[in-house]
Amino acid sequence: MQTIGQQLINGLSLGSIYALLALGYTMVYGIIKLINFAHGDIYMLGAFWGYFVINKLHFNFLFAMLSAMLFCALVGVIIEYFAYRPLRKSPRITALITAIGVSFLLENGMTYFFTANTRNFPQAIQTVTYHIGGIRISNIQLLILGTACLLMLLLELIIKRTKMGKAMRAVSVDPEAAQLVGININHTISFTFALGSAMAGAAGVLIGLYYNSIDPLMGMTPGIKAFVAAVIGGIGSVPGASLGGFLIGLLETAVQAVGLSAYKDAVVYFVLIVILLVLPAGIFGKKTKEKV
Amino acid sequence: MKANLKYNAAWLGVMVLGFVVIDACEFLGIINSFIENMLVTIGINIILATGLNLIIGFSGQFSLGHAGFMAIGAYATGIITQTLVTPIGFYLSVVVGIVIAIIAALIVGIPTLRLRGDYLAIATMGAAEIIRILINNLKITNGAAGLFNIPPLVTWATVYVFMCVTTIVTVNFIHSRSGRAVMSVREDEIAAESMGINTTRWKLAAFVFGASTAAIGGSLHAAYIQTIAPGDFNIMASIAILIIVVLGGVGSITGTFIAAIVLGTLDTVLQNFGTLRMIIYSLALILIMIFKPSGLLGTWEFSFKRLGSRQRKEQSVHE
Repeated sequence: MQTIGQQLINGLSLGSIYALLALGYTMVYGIIKLINFAHGDIYMLGAFWGYFVINKLHFNFLFAMLSAMLFCALVGVIIEYFAYRPLRKSPRITALITAIGVSFLLENGMTYFFTANTRNFPQAIQTVTYHIGGIRISNIQLLILGTACLLMLLLELIIKRTKMGKAMRAVSVDPEAAQLVGININHTISFTFALGSAMAGAAGVLIGLYYNSIDPLMGMTPGIKAFVAAVIGGIGSVPGASLGGFLIGLLETAVQAVGLSAYKDAVVYFVLIVILLVLPAGIFGKKTKEKV
Repeated sequence: MKANLKYNAAWLGVMVLGFVVIDACEFLGIINSFIENMLVTIGINIILATGLNLIIGFSGQFSLGHAGFMAIGAYATGIITQTLVTPIGFYLSVVVGIVIAIIAALIVGIPTLRLRGDYLAIATMGAAEIIRILINNLKITNGAAGLFNIPPLVTWATVYVFMCVTTIVTVNFIHSRSGRAVMSVREDEIAAESMGINTTRWKLAAFVFGASTAAIGGSLHAAYIQTIAPGDFNIMASIAILIIVVLGGVGSITGTFIAAIVLGTLDTVLQNFGTLRMIIYSLALILIMIFKPSGLLGTWEFSFKRLGSRQRKEQSVHE
């Protein structure tokens, strides 16, 4: 019972990181149907920004995270403007290759300028471990879980309650009709990238604090797994991405706890294939009927 | 096949000429081991990318798991040729690799080919990763360390011949009745179905065909490079093959050849730049995609048939 509770806590902390990343994937895919391969690398940039401002400018944790979100939002908008906007009318596979190119560029650019060494993330917050009923919970785990839930709630409010959120939903349903009613598509898409990248930036700083080590290639595997989470939850759906993220996190820790850690990624992909076969549009995905 | 005999003969002539030219350069010492290595890599990439182009460009199914099938071929060769150190052992291992890849492609393809577009891509990527993780944990494949000292049973000539044979077979498949069925699935699945084409069967046929050529590419890779590890066949390897296909133009075999040659040469030239190499490579990729979104050649294909008919037309105009 205790171990199950312990694994649940670990799984939820890891899952909230995946959920934050999956939100960016799901929003971008929902609006321009692009698998943004560079998203995992924006998360890496967020972690490096946090490392930089805490070490050099002595920011406290809250400011480090907020500034990382701002920085990543800016990077996301710049990438969209230069790499994806010219390709909006071209075949989707072209945009996908460009996204892969951007991902390579960010990874290798960071490796070139800052070396590929792994570095220790500064401990901006002293780790305190609480013991509740035999389960160990650190304040960092609580912080990750709390921040992730807060950000998801905030995102849900932005999408459902603000004018920009309404525009985002409209563009994802039908871009041309949205344009006809006076929505500026370019601004809306930029805003979507900013929101998604800000979430990734926050996730980057949180993971730095949790795992304590960052390197320029850290975004690759979590990026792909977060995309898997978004697909499982139903791509284009915000609650789906959060649920998918938590599911993947829990699944991974469960497989590790059983002692099959060598197969943890294989299990994740296997579950993905099974879910896609049973629910082809993911858990919360919209079913689309085919017109003949 | 019979109708295209004349054009196939013309292509055979080109291939023999290519062989003679490379052989002559080798004899005269123009090609050193460095360039030969580059040529062999290009040849293997052409085999892999032609198979993937058949899946993506001609049957319209987006597969991101090509490296998984390549890994099957590579490991079949690596394991079998360690006990059977003869050319016969190598050819046997190629056949075994193809058979296992076909079985794996059927297991992966039958359920996942019901999915569409990006979902299919993610599912095939997942399947390839599962293959890689299995190889990474099995005893017979020597785990994460991989296999080394694989006997060098392959020369550039073997790769060249295999490249020509797989290309001729693939192109003839595309130009056959089956190939037209596959392409009709790409154009409009519902319309194809209403014409009596079993869409699932032809999608699967293209997928299995692509997988078996990937296994051949993997076998050649293992026997030429002599060292393989599970890490060589990860998602990035699948993406590298995809990049060749998209850069050359989805649905153009000529484009695949040109893109493989351009990228192979670029890679060799950029070796001198050290770590800057990947930055230049990724920038080149982004810029080509932005300024030439349909790939270098689009769907344009070089064809002796068209060349011949144009000449005939010109003659009739002159008369």
